[in-house]
Parts: sequence; C-alpha cells; structure tokens
Amino acid sequence: MNEDVVIEVRDLKKVFGENVVINGISLTVKKGETVVLIGPSGCGKSTLLRCLNGLEPIQGGSVLLHGEPVEYGKRSLYRIRQKIGMVFQDYGLFPHMTVLDNIMLAPVKVQKRSKQEVTEEAMSLLERVGLGDKAKSYPSQLSGGQQQRAAIVRSLIVHPDIMLLDEITAALDPEMVHEVLNVVLDLAKNGSTMIIVTHEMAFAEAAADRVILMDGGIIVEENPPEKFFRDPDTERARKFLSTFSYSR
Amino acid sequence: MDWLFIKEYYPLYIRSAVLTITIGVLGIVLSVIVGMICALCRYYKIPLLNGIAAAYTELSRNTPLIVQLFFLFFGLPKVGIVLSPEACGTIGLAFLGGGYMSESFLSGLGSVRKIHLEAAASLGLNGAQTMKSVILPQAASVSTPAVCANVIFLLKETSVFSAVSLADLMYTAKDLIGMYYNTTEALTMLVIAYLIMILPISIVFTLLERRLRHERV
Amino acid sequence: MKGYEVLFTGNNFLRLLSGLWVTLRISLISIGISLVLGVLLGAAMTVRNKAVKAVCKVYLEVVRIMPQLVWLFIVFFGITRSTGINLSGETAAIIVFTIWGTAETGDLVRGAFVSIPAHQYESGLALGLGKAQLYFYVILPQTVRRLTPNIINLSTRMIKTTALVSLIGVTEVLKVGKQIIDANRYDAPDAAIWVYAAIFFMYFIICFPLSVFSKKLADRSK
Repeated sequence: MNEDVVIEVRDLKKVFGENVVINGISLTVKKGETVVLIGPSGCGKSTLLRCLNGLEPIQGGSVLLHGEPVEYGKRSLYRIRQKIGMVFQDYGLFPHMTVLDNIMLAPVKVQKRSKQEVTEEAMSLLERVGLGDKAKSYPSQLSGGQQQRAAIVRSLIVHPDIMLLDEITAALDPEMVHEVLNVVLDLAKNGSTMIIVTHEMAFAEAAADRVILMDGGIIVEENPPEKFFRDPDTERARKFLSTFSYSR
Repeated sequence: MDWLFIKEYYPLYIRSAVLTITIGVLGIVLSVIVGMICALCRYYKIPLLNGIAAAYTELSRNTPLIVQLFFLFFGLPKVGIVLSPEACGTIGLAFLGGGYMSESFLSGLGSVRKIHLEAAASLGLNGAQTMKSVILPQAASVSTPAVCANVIFLLKETSVFSAVSLADLMYTAKDLIGMYYNTTEALTMLVIAYLIMILPISIVFTLLERRLRHERV
Repeated sequence: MKGYEVLFTGNNFLRLLSGLWVTLRISLISIGISLVLGVLLGAAMTVRNKAVKAVCKVYLEVVRIMPQLVWLFIVFFGITRSTGINLSGETAAIIVFTIWGTAETGDLVRGAFVSIPAHQYESGLALGLGKAQLYFYVILPQTVRRLTPNIINLSTRMIKTTALVSLIGVTEVLKVGKQIIDANRYDAPDAAIWVYAAIFFMYFIICFPLSVFSKKLADRSK
C-alpha cells in the first residue's frame, strides 16, 4: 500500500434513523495534502469529519488511518485518535483549565511525555499563533478567535498525522475569522495534512490543494482550487458558487 | 426564664447535639458515597445497575424519612434484622440522602457539554482520563450548590431521629418538657442548639455558592 | 395469621387510608393557604423598597433555618404553654406548615418573576402593550409556567413532612399503623414490617406521580 496515504475512506455510509446523511463516499488524503470540503448546510460534510474520527458509528464502508480501521466504540480508538487532531466549531476548550493546561492535558496524561518538554513546545506553539501571553488565562477570558487558536494548538501538540477542522470560524465574529484562518494557512504552507470544512470560499481557494463539493451525502465534484473556482465541471458547483456573490 | 434549670440541663443538650452531629455527619458522608455510585451507574447507563439506581433514587426521594426509619426500626426486627437506634439513624439518613445526592451529582455530570466530551475523545483520552480531568472538575462546580443544599436539608432531617428513640436534641427537649414542664427553657435551648449547628454551615455554604457563581461568570 | 393478612383484616386497610387522609388534609389546607399568602409575599419581595425586602428575607431565613419538627414543637408545646390556648396537634401543624409553605412559595414566586429576562418586558412594551396587557399576556403566563413545577415539588415536600405530625400526637397513618400492630401483637407478631412497608408505599404512590409530573412540566418549559 502507498506509504503516502494518511487516510482512506471507502464507500462510507451514515444513516440517522430514516435519514441517509452520507451515501457512499470514497476519499483518499495523502501526506501533506490540504483538502477543503464545502457544500450547503446539511450536506453531510461535518458528519463525514466526525466519522473520520470515530465520533459517530457508521452503517457501511470503512475509514482507514494508515491502513488501520477507525471503528466507533472500539478500544483501539483511543490510540488512533492521538494520530487525528480535531478542532470544533465551538472550540471545546475545557473551561476549568488554563490555556496551557488545556494544551498539556493530552501529551502529558495520554502520551506520557515529559512535562518540561511539553511546556516548551506548548509555549513555542502559542507564540507562533500569537498567544504567548495567554498561557495562564482561562478560556472565558479570551475572545472567540483566541480560543480557537488555542484549540488548534491543543490539537497540534499531540503531533497528529492529520488535522480535521470542522467549521472552525463559523461561530466567530467576522474580524476574528482572519486571525484564525491565517494560522491554518500557515499550517497548510508548512505541509500539515488537513481536511477542512468551511464556508469561507476565499480561504478555501487559498489553502486547498483539492476542493471537494458535497451535496446530498455524496461527492459532487472534486478538483484543484484553480479549476473548481474558475471553471467547475458540474452545474451543481456553479450554482453553489453563485450563492456567494450578489448582484442587483 | 429559669436560669437554674438551663444551667442544670444544658449539658444534656450538648451531649445530644454531639450525638445528632455524629450520626448526621456519618449519614451525610455515606449518602455522598451512595449518591456518587448511583449517579455514575446512571450516567454510564450500566445495564441493570442503572435501573436499580434510578428506582432507589425515586423511592428514597418520594417517601418521608420518618416512615423509612419506622420501617428500619420497627419493621426489620420482624425478619430478624435488629438495628440500634444509632444504626437506624445513620442508615435512614444515608438512604434518604443517597437519593438526593444522586440527583444532584447526576445533573452535574449531565451538565458537561457534549463538545467537551468529544474534544476529550479526539485528544485520545480514555474513559477514566476523561472522567477525572474533564467531567468531574466541571460537574463538581455545577453540583456544589445542590449538594450544599442537600447537606443542610439532611442536617435538619436529623431532628426526626427521636422517633426511633435516639437520644438526640428533640428527644432531650421532649423529655424535659414531659418531666418538668419547663417548656420555654427546654424549647429555647433546643432552638439555640440547632442554630449553633446549622447557622454557621448555612453561612459558609452561602459564601461558597456566591464565590462559585462569581467564578463562573 | 401471616403478617400481611393483618393489612386486609377487618377494616384495617381503610383505617390506614383514613390515617393517611389526616396528614393529606393537613398538607392540602396548608398548601392552599400558602399559595395565596405566598404569591402576596413573592410580590412583596420583588418591590424596590429595601425595608420590605429585608423583612421578607429575614422571615424566609428564620423559617428555613430550623427543622420543621422544631417549629412543630415550638408551636404545639410553646404556644400552649405561654398563652394557655390549647391547640390541637392538627391546628398546630396547619399553622407551622402554612408559615413554612408561605415562605417557600414566596421565594419561588420571586424567583419566577426575576427569571423573566428583561428583553421580554422590553419587547412587550415595544409592541405597544400597556402595563396591564404586558403582565397579563407576556409576563404572567411565563411566570406561571416556571412556577408550576416548583410548586408541585414544594407540595410533595410538604406532604412528606406532614408525616411528622405523629410526633405531636396527631393520630395519622403512622399512629394508626402502630395501633394495628399492637392490636395484633399475638396473632401476627411480624405485622410491623408489612404495615410500615404499606405506609412507605402509600406515600410513594402519592409523591412519585407528583414528582414525575413536575419533572415533565419543567422539561417542557425549558
């Protein structure tokens, strides 16, 4: 099997009751690649991300991380999830811990790395995202944008093989979107492997190596950004993109 | 006011107050343990235990302590289980309090937002690590006001112990009224004894709650 | 005779039920009066006047700090002694539970009023409602909705607490139970466990549905 493949999804199916949310999706992400998932709300893109991390049981197909199955509810999941970083729309920082404690929790408690080494790395990562002076603050003392950058650091520090970003700017005030997405762009440039769900088209175009449009639980179109945004293959993509421009 | 009477009999009140407090504290500690176990069984929906814990919680919360005590003290000996008044008081209080504590703990556990559980999961924390580092610290601060209220409620419920002839404060007061008719003095000492027991705790809990509320904002 | 047979011998079960009715009657009367007085108290607690507020608060805390049984003793033994009026246990109980119930109801009413967010008042006024209309159509319905489950809970608490009246000599279900047990001491020596279990479940059958109902209401109004 190809060494470069980080995550492979084969014919994934996800059903909520009667509702088919993901109806047969196959997808491969290689090392260093940034894949951006877009689509109308309710198209299943967030659910897809959650399935990749084993947060949801799936009803068909499989998810493989480096060839190893990600299975909901299995013991192996604890180990596999350390290889997958996830950042959520609502940040999910633990409110009872300082930013630094939030970041150090997994590497110290789960990976059993030395406190000193982790502290140093945490501080340098915080510095890199512009939060060097916020290490001792509690999440409630930070703005949404700052919280989200801290949450990104919390995922980065476990050295995941892939990062999943689930609409991480959807809950932010417009002026904070930029500071967060710049951090992500920086990661993309430096060769992080990521799958990003977003509604920010300009960002998608800048960050993506590949853009995937989902609708109705399937992949409608998959193309490099230059192609997707200038000259999409499908009518559905054209229609979707047109919802982002205004004219009177 | 008959000061001589008070001077002569206040040591009785001290002795019975100490007994009331001892059994009260023992019962409350046990009810915290019972409540915690029940809350965890229900939180994790452990098969069978979940149902038992839920049924127990409803039974204990929807019946009066005095009836529970009568059952323990007068009923159980008929099937060969003879308990001392002290044991009855402790077990009764723990039975009653366990249900209340279980509800308070469970609502604290349930208050932890799903996203925090998912964030913990995606960081690779296992069940025990998530409970210890993420759920419990958050649940504790949410449960504290309710748990404090339960403690005061249970302390006040100890007044029922006299019904199973435990020589507590009420017992002493009733005894003195019955023997000497010094009703005013007996009742005054009773009120003072309960004030000394409950007022400081009540004040401390109010301050604690105010601080918690302040921190959460 | 087997112990449980005692429950169904003669009119024993009926006697237990009528004993239960004694405590229920005390709670129902107290709850009824408490509701009326409690709403007034709650309204008083929301006024701006600091003195009124303070008096209400002191009343509430004084009532709360003592166990209900202590209050029963104070009223039953103390008042009899200091005024010479001979109160029946039942009257003393109604007085105590009304004073207590009024305090708790008042606090619940105050809490319900305070919990209505300011924007409800503002958007009502912005729609051009008059003050009476605002209260009648917007504020009161929401208050009642929040209040009802708590009032039911308080009622359950009061019903459970009335079991204490046996300790001031009222012949209620526990006393009747004891009479039945004593009368059958030789025929059915193990009657006690059955009688007290029966009383236990009688209370449960009354209180449990109330608890469930109040929980349902509370969940619905969320």
